Amino acid sequence: MTTMEAAPPADAAAVVVPSRFGRRAAIQAAIIVVILVVAMFVLPALTSTFWVKNFTSAAVLAIVAAATGMLYGRVGLVALGQIGLYGVGTWVTMRLGFATDWPYPVLILVAGAITAVIGVLLGLPALRLHGLYLALVTLMAAAAFLIILANTKFPTGGPGFRGVVIEVANSRQMRRPDIAETDYGYYRYALVVAVLMFALAAAHLVSKPGRAWASIRQSEAAALAAGVNTVTYKLWAWALASFMTGCAGALLAGHVGSPSTFTFTVEQNIILMAVVVMGGVASLWGGVIAGLLAAVLPEVLQDWGFSSNWTLILFGTGLLTNLLITSWQLDKAGIKE
Amino acid sequence: MIEVEDLTVRFGGVTSVNDVTLTFPGGACGLIGPNGAGKTTLFNVLSGFVRPYAGRITAFGDNLLAMPDYARARWGLRRTFQTEQAIEALTVYDNVLAVYEHTTKERAGRQAAVLDAIGLVGLGDVAFAKVGTLSPRQRRLVEVARGVVGTPRVVLLDEPGAGLPEAETEHLGAVIRTIPEQVGAMVVLVEHDMSLVQACCEWTAVLDFGKLLSAGPTADVLRDPEVLKAYLGQEDLE
Repeated sequence: MTTMEAAPPADAAAVVVPSRFGRRAAIQAAIIVVILVVAMFVLPALTSTFWVKNFTSAAVLAIVAAATGMLYGRVGLVALGQIGLYGVGTWVTMRLGFATDWPYPVLILVAGAITAVIGVLLGLPALRLHGLYLALVTLMAAAAFLIILANTKFPTGGPGFRGVVIEVANSRQMRRPDIAETDYGYYRYALVVAVLMFALAAAHLVSKPGRAWASIRQSEAAALAAGVNTVTYKLWAWALASFMTGCAGALLAGHVGSPSTFTFTVEQNIILMAVVVMGGVASLWGGVIAGLLAAVLPEVLQDWGFSSNWTLILFGTGLLTNLLITSWQLDKAGIKE
Repeated sequence: MIEVEDLTVRFGGVTSVNDVTLTFPGGACGLIGPNGAGKTTLFNVLSGFVRPYAGRITAFGDNLLAMPDYARARWGLRRTFQTEQAIEALTVYDNVLAVYEHTTKERAGRQAAVLDAIGLVGLGDVAFAKVGTLSPRQRRLVEVARGVVGTPRVVLLDEPGAGLPEAETEHLGAVIRTIPEQVGAMVVLVEHDMSLVQACCEWTAVLDFGKLLSAGPTADVLRDPEVLKAYLGQEDLE
Protein backbone atom coordinates (compact mmCIF):
# COMPACT_ATOMS: atom_id res chain seq x y z
CA MET A 1 0.00 0.00 0.00
CA THR A 2 2.79 2.42 -0.84
CA THR A 3 0.57 4.38 -3.21
CA MET A 4 -1.68 5.46 -0.37
CA GLU A 5 -2.26 9.17 -0.21
CA ALA A 6 -2.38 10.71 3.22
CA ALA A 7 -5.89 11.66 4.26
CA PRO A 8 -6.41 15.11 5.74
CA PRO A 9 -4.66 15.16 9.11
CA ALA A 10 -6.75 14.54 12.20
CA ASP A 11 -6.43 18.09 13.43
CA ALA A 12 -8.49 17.78 16.59
CA ALA A 13 -6.70 20.60 18.38
CA ALA A 14 -7.86 23.13 15.79
CA VAL A 15 -11.53 22.48 16.49
CA VAL A 16 -13.05 25.00 18.87
CA VAL A 17 -15.48 23.26 21.20
CA PRO A 18 -18.35 25.62 22.03
CA SER A 19 -18.84 25.90 25.75
CA ARG A 20 -22.05 24.73 27.34
CA PHE A 21 -21.89 27.96 29.35
CA GLY A 22 -21.12 30.30 26.47
CA ARG A 23 -22.76 33.58 25.52
CA ARG A 24 -25.74 31.95 23.80
CA ALA A 25 -26.49 29.81 26.82
CA ALA A 26 -26.21 32.86 29.09
CA ILE A 27 -28.70 34.85 26.99
CA GLN A 28 -31.06 31.89 26.96
CA ALA A 29 -30.83 31.51 30.74
CA ALA A 30 -31.45 35.25 31.18
CA ILE A 31 -34.61 35.08 29.04
CA ILE A 32 -35.90 32.13 31.06
CA VAL A 33 -35.27 33.97 34.35
CA VAL A 34 -37.05 37.12 33.13
CA ILE A 35 -40.06 35.15 31.91
CA LEU A 36 -40.22 33.25 35.21
CA VAL A 37 -40.02 36.42 37.30
CA VAL A 38 -42.80 38.00 35.24
CA ALA A 39 -44.92 34.84 35.48
CA MET A 40 -44.27 34.41 39.21
CA PHE A 41 -44.65 37.94 40.52
CA VAL A 42 -45.77 40.45 37.89
CA LEU A 43 -48.62 38.49 36.35
CA PRO A 44 -50.46 37.65 39.63
CA ALA A 45 -50.11 41.28 40.77
CA LEU A 46 -51.79 42.55 37.61
CA THR A 47 -54.68 40.12 37.33
CA SER A 48 -57.65 38.77 39.25
CA THR A 49 -58.14 35.36 40.85
CA PHE A 50 -60.09 34.29 37.78
CA TRP A 51 -57.10 34.83 35.48
CA VAL A 52 -54.63 33.38 37.97
CA LYS A 53 -56.70 30.18 37.96
CA ASN A 54 -56.57 30.12 34.16
CA PHE A 55 -52.82 30.60 34.21
CA THR A 56 -52.57 27.73 36.71
CA SER A 57 -54.45 25.56 34.21
CA ALA A 58 -52.04 26.75 31.51
CA ALA A 59 -48.99 25.80 33.61
CA VAL A 60 -50.45 22.34 34.27
CA LEU A 61 -51.44 21.77 30.64
CA ALA A 62 -48.05 23.04 29.47
CA ILE A 63 -46.49 19.98 31.15
CA VAL A 64 -48.81 17.60 29.30
CA ALA A 65 -48.24 19.52 26.05
CA ALA A 66 -44.45 19.44 26.47
CA ALA A 67 -44.56 15.69 27.09
CA THR A 68 -46.75 15.10 24.02
CA GLY A 69 -44.66 17.45 21.90
CA MET A 70 -41.46 15.74 23.02
CA LEU A 71 -42.81 12.34 21.96
CA TYR A 72 -43.92 13.72 18.59
CA GLY A 73 -41.13 16.14 17.75
CA ARG A 74 -38.12 14.44 19.29
CA VAL A 75 -38.88 10.73 19.17
CA GLY A 76 -41.37 10.64 16.30
CA LEU A 77 -44.21 8.99 18.26
CA VAL A 78 -47.77 10.25 17.77
CA ALA A 79 -49.43 9.79 21.17
CA LEU A 80 -53.11 10.68 21.27
CA GLY A 81 -53.82 9.18 24.68
CA GLN A 82 -52.03 11.62 26.97
CA ILE A 83 -55.27 13.04 28.36
CA GLY A 84 -56.20 9.55 29.54
CA LEU A 85 -52.93 9.28 31.44
CA TYR A 86 -53.50 12.81 32.75
CA GLY A 87 -56.74 11.49 34.28
CA VAL A 88 -54.88 8.53 35.77
CA GLY A 89 -52.48 10.95 37.50
CA THR A 90 -55.39 12.97 38.89
CA TRP A 91 -57.27 9.89 40.11
CA VAL A 92 -54.21 8.36 41.81
CA THR A 93 -53.37 11.66 43.52
CA MET A 94 -56.91 12.08 44.87
CA ARG A 95 -57.14 8.49 46.06
CA LEU A 96 -53.80 8.71 47.86
CA GLY A 97 -54.51 12.26 49.02
CA PHE A 98 -57.61 11.11 50.90
CA ALA A 99 -56.10 7.82 52.09
CA THR A 100 -52.81 9.20 53.43
CA ASP A 101 -51.39 12.41 54.85
CA TRP A 102 -48.35 12.32 52.59
CA PRO A 103 -46.94 15.73 51.72
CA TYR A 104 -48.02 17.03 48.30
CA PRO A 105 -44.63 16.64 46.57
CA VAL A 106 -44.66 12.95 47.52
CA LEU A 107 -48.19 12.63 46.09
CA ILE A 108 -47.00 14.24 42.85
CA LEU A 109 -44.02 11.91 42.53
CA VAL A 110 -46.00 8.77 43.37
CA ALA A 111 -48.80 9.75 40.95
CA GLY A 112 -46.16 10.39 38.27
CA ALA A 113 -44.50 7.04 38.93
CA ILE A 114 -47.76 5.05 38.87
CA THR A 115 -48.83 6.84 35.67
CA ALA A 116 -45.43 6.03 34.16
CA VAL A 117 -45.90 2.33 34.98
CA ILE A 118 -49.39 2.32 33.45
CA GLY A 119 -48.07 4.27 30.44
CA VAL A 120 -45.30 1.73 29.90
CA LEU A 121 -47.72 -1.21 30.21
CA LEU A 122 -49.79 0.45 27.50
CA GLY A 123 -46.68 1.31 25.51
CA LEU A 124 -45.24 -2.21 25.48
CA PRO A 125 -47.75 -3.47 22.91
CA ALA A 126 -48.55 -0.07 21.34
CA LEU A 127 -44.94 0.85 20.50
CA ARG A 128 -44.79 -2.01 18.02
CA LEU A 129 -46.97 0.22 15.86
CA HIS A 130 -46.00 3.35 13.96
CA GLY A 131 -47.56 6.62 12.86
CA LEU A 132 -51.27 6.51 12.26
CA TYR A 133 -51.72 3.10 13.90
CA LEU A 134 -49.99 4.20 17.09
CA ALA A 135 -52.17 7.34 17.06
CA LEU A 136 -55.33 5.25 16.71
CA VAL A 137 -54.38 2.76 19.41
CA THR A 138 -53.50 5.50 21.90
CA LEU A 139 -56.72 7.37 21.09
CA MET A 140 -58.71 4.17 21.73
CA ALA A 141 -56.79 3.71 24.99
CA ALA A 142 -57.80 7.23 26.00
CA ALA A 143 -61.43 6.29 25.29
CA ALA A 144 -61.03 3.20 27.47
CA PHE A 145 -59.54 5.29 30.29
CA LEU A 146 -62.49 7.68 30.04
CA ILE A 147 -64.99 4.82 30.35
CA ILE A 148 -63.19 3.44 33.39
CA LEU A 149 -62.96 6.93 34.88
CA ALA A 150 -66.65 7.66 34.26
CA ASN A 151 -67.60 4.45 36.05
CA THR A 152 -65.20 4.57 39.00
CA LYS A 153 -65.59 8.37 39.38
CA PHE A 154 -63.07 10.58 41.12
CA PRO A 155 -62.56 9.88 44.85
CA THR A 156 -64.36 12.23 47.22
CA GLY A 157 -62.94 10.98 50.50
CA GLY A 158 -65.13 7.88 50.90
CA PRO A 159 -64.19 4.31 51.80
CA GLY A 160 -63.08 1.37 49.64
CA PHE A 161 -60.85 1.23 46.58
CA ARG A 162 -62.86 3.87 44.71
CA GLY A 163 -63.10 6.20 47.67
CA VAL A 164 -66.38 7.72 46.49
CA VAL A 165 -68.78 9.14 49.11
CA ILE A 166 -72.39 8.04 48.58
CA GLU A 167 -74.01 11.19 49.92
CA VAL A 168 -72.96 14.15 47.82
CA ALA A 169 -73.24 16.50 50.79
CA ASN A 170 -70.41 14.62 52.54
CA SER A 171 -68.01 14.68 49.60
CA ARG A 172 -64.68 16.35 50.17
CA GLN A 173 -62.38 18.35 47.95
CA MET A 174 -58.77 17.42 47.26
CA ARG A 175 -56.41 19.19 49.63
CA ARG A 176 -53.66 21.55 48.54
CA PRO A 177 -50.08 21.80 49.83
CA ASP A 178 -49.79 23.74 53.10
CA ILE A 179 -47.60 26.38 51.50
CA ALA A 180 -50.01 26.90 48.61
CA GLU A 181 -53.54 27.01 50.02
CA THR A 182 -54.60 30.17 48.17
CA ASP A 183 -55.17 30.36 44.41
CA TYR A 184 -52.19 32.70 44.09
CA GLY A 185 -49.99 30.38 46.15
CA TYR A 186 -51.12 27.34 44.18
CA TYR A 187 -50.40 29.13 40.90
CA ARG A 188 -46.79 29.69 41.96
CA TYR A 189 -46.57 26.11 43.23
CA ALA A 190 -47.80 24.75 39.88
CA LEU A 191 -45.36 27.01 38.07
CA VAL A 192 -42.42 25.67 40.08
CA VAL A 193 -43.44 22.07 39.41
CA ALA A 194 -43.85 22.89 35.69
CA VAL A 195 -40.36 24.42 35.59
CA LEU A 196 -38.94 21.28 37.24
CA MET A 197 -40.74 19.06 34.70
CA PHE A 198 -39.43 21.15 31.79
CA ALA A 199 -35.93 20.96 33.28
CA LEU A 200 -36.25 17.18 33.54
CA ALA A 201 -37.27 16.95 29.88
CA ALA A 202 -34.54 19.37 28.78
CA ALA A 203 -31.90 17.41 30.69
CA HIS A 204 -32.94 14.29 28.78
CA LEU A 205 -32.96 16.06 25.41
CA VAL A 206 -29.41 17.41 25.62
CA SER A 207 -27.88 14.14 26.79
CA LYS A 208 -27.57 10.50 25.74
CA PRO A 209 -31.32 9.70 25.56
CA GLY A 210 -31.98 12.87 23.53
CA ARG A 211 -29.39 11.87 20.95
CA ALA A 212 -30.75 8.32 20.87
CA TRP A 213 -34.30 9.68 20.35
CA ALA A 214 -33.12 11.91 17.49
CA SER A 215 -31.58 8.80 15.88
CA ILE A 216 -34.79 6.81 16.31
CA ARG A 217 -36.89 9.67 14.94
CA GLN A 218 -34.85 9.84 11.76
CA SER A 219 -34.42 6.12 11.10
CA GLU A 220 -34.79 3.11 13.36
CA ALA A 221 -32.42 1.11 11.16
CA ALA A 222 -29.70 3.73 11.50
CA ALA A 223 -30.32 3.91 15.26
CA LEU A 224 -29.95 0.13 15.59
CA ALA A 225 -26.80 0.21 13.47
CA ALA A 226 -25.41 2.82 15.86
CA GLY A 227 -25.99 0.50 18.81
CA VAL A 228 -29.15 2.19 20.13
CA ASN A 229 -31.48 -0.30 21.79
CA THR A 230 -34.53 1.25 20.15
CA VAL A 231 -37.11 -0.63 22.23
CA THR A 232 -35.55 0.51 25.52
CA TYR A 233 -35.19 4.11 24.41
CA LYS A 234 -38.71 4.36 23.01
CA LEU A 235 -40.11 2.95 26.25
CA TRP A 236 -37.92 5.37 28.18
CA ALA A 237 -39.39 8.31 26.26
CA TRP A 238 -42.86 6.90 26.78
CA ALA A 239 -42.23 6.46 30.52
CA LEU A 240 -40.85 10.00 30.86
CA ALA A 241 -43.82 11.52 29.02
CA SER A 242 -46.23 9.45 31.14
CA PHE A 243 -44.43 10.51 34.32
CA MET A 244 -44.66 14.19 33.37
CA THR A 245 -48.33 13.79 32.44
CA GLY A 246 -49.07 12.00 35.72
CA CYS A 247 -47.39 14.78 37.69
CA ALA A 248 -49.49 17.31 35.78
CA GLY A 249 -52.58 15.27 36.73
CA ALA A 250 -51.51 15.51 40.37
CA LEU A 251 -51.33 19.30 40.06
CA LEU A 252 -54.78 19.38 38.48
CA ALA A 253 -56.25 17.52 41.47
CA GLY A 254 -55.24 20.25 43.90
CA HIS A 255 -56.06 22.97 41.38
CA VAL A 256 -59.71 22.11 40.84
CA GLY A 257 -60.40 20.16 44.05
CA SER A 258 -63.16 18.01 42.60
CA PRO A 259 -62.32 17.25 38.96
CA SER A 260 -64.95 16.32 36.43
CA THR A 261 -64.62 13.56 33.85
CA PHE A 262 -65.46 16.17 31.19
CA THR A 263 -61.87 17.38 31.49
CA PHE A 264 -60.69 14.03 30.12
CA THR A 265 -62.95 13.41 27.13
CA VAL A 266 -61.52 11.81 24.01
CA GLU A 267 -61.72 14.97 21.90
CA GLN A 268 -59.48 16.73 24.43
CA ASN A 269 -56.68 14.53 23.06
CA ILE A 270 -57.27 15.92 19.57
CA ILE A 271 -57.38 19.49 20.88
CA LEU A 272 -54.19 18.84 22.81
CA MET A 273 -52.45 17.57 19.67
CA ALA A 274 -53.71 20.62 17.74
CA VAL A 275 -52.30 23.10 20.26
CA VAL A 276 -49.08 21.08 20.56
CA VAL A 277 -48.51 21.28 16.80
CA MET A 278 -49.49 24.97 16.79
CA GLY A 279 -47.11 25.67 19.67
CA GLY A 280 -44.33 23.84 17.87
CA VAL A 281 -42.63 20.57 18.71
CA ALA A 282 -39.02 21.42 17.90
CA SER A 283 -38.51 23.19 21.21
CA LEU A 284 -39.95 22.74 24.70
CA TRP A 285 -41.16 26.36 24.50
CA GLY A 286 -43.89 24.98 22.27
CA GLY A 287 -45.34 23.35 25.38
CA VAL A 288 -45.70 26.75 27.07
CA ILE A 289 -47.45 28.21 24.03
CA ALA A 290 -49.69 25.15 23.79
CA GLY A 291 -50.63 25.45 27.47
CA LEU A 292 -51.57 29.11 27.01
CA LEU A 293 -53.52 28.38 23.81
CA ALA A 294 -55.51 25.59 25.45
CA ALA A 295 -56.19 27.17 28.84
CA VAL A 296 -56.06 30.95 28.47
CA LEU A 297 -57.09 31.73 24.88
CA PRO A 298 -60.65 30.33 25.24
CA GLU A 299 -61.20 32.50 28.32
CA VAL A 300 -59.80 35.57 26.58
CA LEU A 301 -62.17 35.03 23.65
CA GLN A 302 -65.10 34.53 26.01
CA ASP A 303 -64.11 37.70 27.86
CA TRP A 304 -64.22 39.57 24.55
CA GLY A 305 -67.70 38.22 23.90
CA PHE A 306 -66.94 35.49 21.36
CA SER A 307 -68.70 32.15 21.57
CA SER A 308 -66.54 29.28 22.83
CA ASN A 309 -67.05 27.55 19.47
CA TRP A 310 -64.63 30.08 18.00
CA THR A 311 -61.81 28.40 19.90
CA LEU A 312 -62.42 25.12 18.12
CA ILE A 313 -62.53 26.89 14.75
CA LEU A 314 -59.33 28.74 15.62
CA PHE A 315 -57.57 25.54 16.66
CA GLY A 316 -58.70 23.79 13.49
CA THR A 317 -57.55 26.55 11.15
CA GLY A 318 -54.40 27.04 13.23
CA LEU A 319 -53.51 23.38 12.94
CA LEU A 320 -54.15 23.31 9.18
CA THR A 321 -52.19 26.51 8.57
CA ASN A 322 -49.34 25.15 10.62
CA LEU A 323 -49.22 21.86 8.73
CA LEU A 324 -49.41 23.64 5.36
CA ILE A 325 -46.66 26.10 6.25
CA THR A 326 -44.47 23.32 7.62
CA SER A 327 -44.78 21.19 4.51
CA TRP A 328 -44.19 24.24 2.35
CA GLN A 329 -41.03 25.06 4.30
CA LEU A 330 -39.85 21.45 4.09
CA ASP A 331 -40.44 21.54 0.34
CA LYS A 332 -38.48 24.76 0.06
CA ALA A 333 -35.61 23.25 2.02
CA GLY A 334 -35.71 20.20 -0.24
CA ILE A 335 -36.59 17.92 2.65
CA LYS A 336 -39.27 15.31 2.14
CA GLU A 337 -40.71 13.63 5.17
CA MET B 1 -11.79 -11.40 8.86
CA ILE B 2 -15.42 -12.26 8.08
CA GLU B 3 -16.29 -15.81 7.05
CA VAL B 4 -19.63 -16.29 5.33
CA GLU B 5 -20.60 -19.94 4.96
CA ASP B 6 -23.43 -21.37 2.83
CA LEU B 7 -25.49 -18.19 3.24
CA THR B 8 -28.96 -18.20 1.71
CA VAL B 9 -31.49 -15.38 2.07
CA ARG B 10 -35.05 -15.69 0.82
CA PHE B 11 -37.83 -13.13 0.66
CA GLY B 12 -40.92 -15.22 0.00
CA GLY B 13 -40.22 -16.93 -3.30
CA VAL B 14 -37.25 -14.74 -4.18
CA THR B 15 -33.81 -16.02 -3.29
CA SER B 16 -31.69 -12.90 -3.10
CA VAL B 17 -28.54 -14.57 -1.74
CA ASN B 18 -28.04 -18.14 -2.91
CA ASP B 19 -25.66 -20.42 -1.01
CA VAL B 20 -22.77 -17.97 -0.85
CA THR B 21 -19.52 -18.98 0.79
CA LEU B 22 -16.99 -16.19 0.97
CA THR B 23 -14.21 -14.94 3.24
CA PHE B 24 -13.40 -11.25 3.52
CA PRO B 25 -9.71 -11.38 4.47
CA GLY B 26 -9.41 -7.93 6.11
CA GLY B 27 -8.03 -4.54 5.17
CA ALA B 28 -10.34 -2.83 2.69
CA CYS B 29 -12.52 -5.26 0.71
CA GLY B 30 -14.77 -4.40 -2.19
CA LEU B 31 -18.15 -6.00 -2.75
CA ILE B 32 -19.48 -5.32 -6.21
CA GLY B 33 -22.11 -6.60 -8.59
CA PRO B 34 -24.99 -5.38 -10.74
CA ASN B 35 -28.20 -4.07 -9.15
CA GLY B 36 -30.11 -6.80 -7.33
CA ALA B 37 -27.00 -8.93 -6.90
CA GLY B 38 -27.55 -9.19 -3.13
CA LYS B 39 -24.86 -6.80 -1.87
CA THR B 40 -27.09 -4.71 0.37
CA THR B 41 -28.93 -7.86 1.46
CA LEU B 42 -25.61 -9.27 2.63
CA PHE B 43 -25.00 -6.02 4.55
CA ASN B 44 -28.47 -6.28 6.08
CA VAL B 45 -27.74 -9.84 7.20
CA LEU B 46 -24.47 -8.68 8.74
CA SER B 47 -26.30 -5.82 10.54
CA GLY B 48 -29.05 -8.14 11.73
CA PHE B 49 -31.91 -6.45 9.82
CA VAL B 50 -32.51 -9.55 7.72
CA ARG B 51 -32.56 -13.08 9.08
CA PRO B 52 -30.97 -15.56 6.67
CA TYR B 53 -32.74 -18.73 5.60
CA ALA B 54 -29.56 -20.73 6.13
CA GLY B 55 -25.85 -20.22 6.74
CA ARG B 56 -23.27 -19.10 9.25
CA ILE B 57 -21.30 -15.88 9.61
CA THR B 58 -18.19 -15.72 11.77
CA ALA B 59 -16.46 -12.39 12.27
CA PHE B 60 -13.08 -12.45 14.01
CA GLY B 61 -14.06 -15.78 15.53
CA ASP B 62 -17.46 -14.60 16.89
CA ASN B 63 -20.80 -15.92 15.70
CA LEU B 64 -22.36 -12.73 14.35
CA LEU B 65 -25.85 -14.14 13.72
CA ALA B 66 -26.28 -15.01 17.41
CA MET B 67 -26.09 -11.32 18.46
CA PRO B 68 -29.16 -9.02 18.54
CA ASP B 69 -29.01 -6.22 15.93
CA TYR B 70 -28.26 -3.33 18.29
CA ALA B 71 -25.59 -5.37 20.14
CA ARG B 72 -23.56 -5.81 16.94
CA ALA B 73 -22.54 -2.13 17.01
CA ARG B 74 -21.21 -2.69 20.53
CA TRP B 75 -19.28 -5.69 19.23
CA GLY B 76 -17.66 -3.40 16.68
CA LEU B 77 -19.81 -3.63 13.54
CA ARG B 78 -20.64 -0.29 11.91
CA ARG B 79 -22.36 0.58 8.70
CA THR B 80 -23.50 3.41 6.49
CA PHE B 81 -26.62 3.34 4.35
CA GLN B 82 -27.27 3.59 0.65
CA THR B 83 -29.55 6.54 1.36
CA GLU B 84 -27.42 8.54 3.76
CA GLN B 85 -28.71 8.50 7.33
CA ALA B 86 -26.77 11.15 9.25
CA ILE B 87 -29.13 12.57 11.87
CA GLU B 88 -30.35 15.94 10.64
CA ALA B 89 -31.54 17.29 13.97
CA LEU B 90 -28.14 16.89 15.63
CA THR B 91 -24.77 18.57 15.12
CA VAL B 92 -21.93 16.65 13.50
CA TYR B 93 -20.37 16.27 16.96
CA ASP B 94 -23.58 14.90 18.51
CA ASN B 95 -24.04 12.56 15.53
CA VAL B 96 -20.69 10.96 16.17
CA LEU B 97 -21.08 11.11 19.95
CA ALA B 98 -24.42 9.27 19.68
CA VAL B 99 -22.62 6.31 18.15
CA TYR B 100 -19.69 6.51 20.55
CA GLU B 101 -21.78 6.51 23.71
CA HIS B 102 -23.85 3.49 22.61
CA THR B 103 -20.85 1.42 21.60
CA THR B 104 -18.31 2.23 24.32
CA LYS B 105 -18.63 2.07 28.09
CA GLU B 106 -15.76 4.47 28.76
CA ARG B 107 -16.70 8.09 29.34
CA ALA B 108 -13.15 9.36 29.70
CA GLY B 109 -11.64 10.68 26.49
CA ARG B 110 -14.92 10.68 24.60
CA GLN B 111 -14.52 14.25 23.39
CA ALA B 112 -11.08 13.44 21.98
CA ALA B 113 -12.37 10.24 20.36
CA VAL B 114 -15.29 12.06 18.73
CA LEU B 115 -13.12 14.92 17.49
CA ASP B 116 -10.56 12.43 16.16
CA ALA B 117 -13.21 10.71 14.06
CA ILE B 118 -14.50 14.06 12.78
CA GLY B 119 -10.93 15.13 12.00
CA LEU B 120 -10.21 11.86 10.19
CA VAL B 121 -12.95 12.52 7.65
CA GLY B 122 -11.94 16.19 7.38
CA LEU B 123 -15.04 17.84 8.86
CA GLY B 124 -13.25 19.63 11.71
CA ASP B 125 -14.40 23.06 10.53
CA VAL B 126 -18.11 22.12 10.67
CA ALA B 127 -17.92 19.91 13.78
CA PHE B 128 -20.60 21.91 15.59
CA ALA B 129 -22.88 22.66 12.64
CA LYS B 130 -26.27 20.97 12.39
CA VAL B 131 -26.20 18.12 9.86
CA GLY B 132 -29.36 19.55 8.27
CA THR B 133 -27.27 22.50 7.03
CA LEU B 134 -24.54 20.40 5.39
CA SER B 135 -23.98 19.44 1.74
CA PRO B 136 -24.61 15.86 0.54
CA ARG B 137 -20.85 15.21 0.46
CA GLN B 138 -20.41 16.39 4.04
CA ARG B 139 -23.35 14.26 5.20
CA ARG B 140 -21.75 11.19 3.65
CA LEU B 141 -18.59 12.00 5.55
CA VAL B 142 -20.58 12.41 8.80
CA GLU B 143 -21.80 8.85 8.27
CA VAL B 144 -18.24 7.66 7.76
CA ALA B 145 -17.17 9.49 10.94
CA ARG B 146 -20.01 7.69 12.78
CA GLY B 147 -18.58 4.46 11.40
CA VAL B 148 -15.03 4.98 12.59
CA VAL B 149 -15.48 6.55 16.05
CA GLY B 150 -14.36 4.50 19.04
CA THR B 151 -13.12 0.99 18.39
CA PRO B 152 -14.91 -0.46 15.36
CA ARG B 153 -13.78 -3.85 14.03
CA VAL B 154 -15.75 -3.92 10.78
CA VAL B 155 -17.00 -0.87 8.86
CA LEU B 156 -19.58 -1.59 6.15
CA LEU B 157 -19.89 1.23 3.61
CA ASP B 158 -22.95 0.99 1.38
CA GLU B 159 -22.34 3.10 -1.72
CA PRO B 160 -20.76 6.07 0.07
CA GLY B 161 -19.92 7.64 -3.28
CA ALA B 162 -23.46 7.50 -4.70
CA GLY B 163 -24.47 10.82 -6.18
CA LEU B 164 -21.13 12.51 -5.58
CA PRO B 165 -19.15 14.24 -8.36
CA GLU B 166 -15.73 12.79 -9.17
CA ALA B 167 -13.65 15.43 -7.39
CA GLU B 168 -15.50 14.76 -4.14
CA THR B 169 -15.15 10.99 -4.52
CA GLU B 170 -11.38 11.39 -4.44
CA HIS B 171 -11.41 12.79 -0.93
CA LEU B 172 -13.81 10.04 0.14
CA GLY B 173 -11.43 7.44 -1.28
CA ALA B 174 -8.53 8.95 0.63
CA VAL B 175 -10.56 8.76 3.85
CA ILE B 176 -11.63 5.15 3.25
CA ARG B 177 -8.03 4.08 2.59
CA THR B 178 -6.90 5.38 5.98
CA ILE B 179 -9.52 3.39 7.96
CA PRO B 180 -7.70 0.01 8.14
CA GLU B 181 -4.41 1.55 9.23
CA GLN B 182 -5.46 4.51 11.36
CA VAL B 183 -8.62 3.06 12.91
CA GLY B 184 -7.64 -0.59 12.87
CA ALA B 185 -10.94 -1.75 11.42
CA MET B 186 -11.55 -3.73 8.25
CA VAL B 187 -13.71 -2.11 5.60
CA VAL B 188 -16.23 -3.71 3.28
CA LEU B 189 -17.15 -1.31 0.49
CA VAL B 190 -20.22 -1.76 -1.69
CA GLU B 191 -19.82 0.62 -4.61
CA HIS B 192 -20.77 1.02 -8.25
CA ASP B 193 -17.99 3.50 -8.88
CA MET B 194 -15.21 1.14 -10.01
CA SER B 195 -12.51 3.79 -9.72
CA LEU B 196 -13.32 4.13 -6.03
CA VAL B 197 -13.19 0.35 -5.55
CA GLN B 198 -9.88 0.16 -7.42
CA ALA B 199 -8.42 3.03 -5.42
CA CYS B 200 -9.49 1.71 -2.01
CA CYS B 201 -9.70 -2.08 -2.08
CA GLU B 202 -6.87 -4.55 -2.47
CA TRP B 203 -9.37 -7.43 -2.47
CA THR B 204 -12.80 -7.65 -4.09
CA ALA B 205 -15.73 -10.07 -4.31
CA VAL B 206 -18.35 -10.00 -7.05
CA LEU B 207 -21.97 -11.08 -6.59
CA ASP B 208 -24.40 -11.64 -9.42
CA PHE B 209 -28.01 -12.74 -8.98
CA GLY B 210 -27.25 -13.81 -5.41
CA LYS B 211 -24.33 -16.04 -6.43
CA LEU B 212 -20.64 -15.50 -5.81
CA LEU B 213 -19.11 -14.87 -9.22
CA SER B 214 -15.52 -14.17 -8.36
CA ALA B 215 -13.31 -13.16 -5.43
CA GLY B 216 -9.65 -12.26 -5.08
CA PRO B 217 -7.19 -9.41 -5.57
CA THR B 218 -9.09 -6.48 -7.08
CA ALA B 219 -6.99 -6.22 -10.25
CA ASP B 220 -7.43 -9.94 -11.04
CA VAL B 221 -11.16 -9.87 -10.31
CA LEU B 222 -11.78 -6.92 -12.58
CA ARG B 223 -10.01 -8.78 -15.45
CA ASP B 224 -12.06 -11.94 -14.88
CA PRO B 225 -14.07 -12.60 -18.10
CA GLU B 226 -17.09 -13.78 -16.05
CA VAL B 227 -17.13 -10.46 -14.20
CA LEU B 228 -16.82 -8.47 -17.41
CA LYS B 229 -19.70 -10.45 -18.84
CA ALA B 230 -21.91 -9.76 -15.84
CA TYR B 231 -21.06 -6.07 -15.84
CA LEU B 232 -20.82 -5.19 -19.49
CA GLY B 233 -23.31 -7.74 -20.78
CA GLN B 234 -20.93 -9.26 -23.32
CA GLU B 235 -23.54 -11.84 -24.23
CA ASP B 236 -25.49 -9.03 -25.86
CA LEU B 237 -22.45 -7.74 -27.67
CA GLU B 238 -21.59 -11.03 -29.28
